[in-house]
Amino acid sequence: MRHRVADKKLGRTYEHKKALLSNMAISLFRHERIETTLAKAKLLRVKAERMITWAKRGGLANIRLLEGALLHNKDTVGKLVKVIAPRYKDRQGGYTRIMKLRNRKGDNALIAIIELVDRVKKEKKVKKEGKEAVAEVKDAKKTEVTKK
Amino acid sequence: MANPKRRFSAARRDTRRSQWKLKAPGLSICPQCKQHKLPHRVCENCGYYGKKEVVEV
Repeated sequence: MRHRVADKKLGRTYEHKKALLSNMAISLFRHERIETTLAKAKLLRVKAERMITWAKRGGLANIRLLEGALLHNKDTVGKLVKVIAPRYKDRQGGYTRIMKLRNRKGDNALIAIIELVDRVKKEKKVKKEGKEAVAEVKDAKKTEVTKK
Repeated sequence: MANPKRRFSAARRDTRRSQWKLKAPGLSICPQCKQHKLPHRVCENCGYYGKKEVVEV
């Protein structure tokens, strides 16, 4: 009997949900951090952690499982096996982290961040450039004032 | 069809509705910027969640 162990359906058919989670897993492994609703993040956590376990075990059978689960996206499978799996060699599960953010404007859904635990942080180039640009504008204004 | 036997006075109706109250949200203080924030949420003011997180500001 598997009473009271039903999965969350997310208001989609089984196939739709499966495709959604595969797409989200690809995004998560590519970007290492994504923003979604809390419900989707919690379902994705289950799938993504299992995929990382497959990648850690390695071998042809597990690779084929991964290809099936990741829509035969060879780039993502490659990254998972070569980059992500070695990173978690000494970690027994718990590869992802979910943090609650805020409620979305349109439908009040609780939005969360799901990320790989030891993710490589990217340099925030755009923001720095923005701040520097603001500072430059301010400097320019100051020089104008002093000229006047 | 079933119907009320007696007129329901405005006072009875209003007495019942006097219990409809808004509840204040249980806020906590962000350890980083000392602003009020919802517990177990990333701070919207400074973008911290315990240690460093989302950089917005």
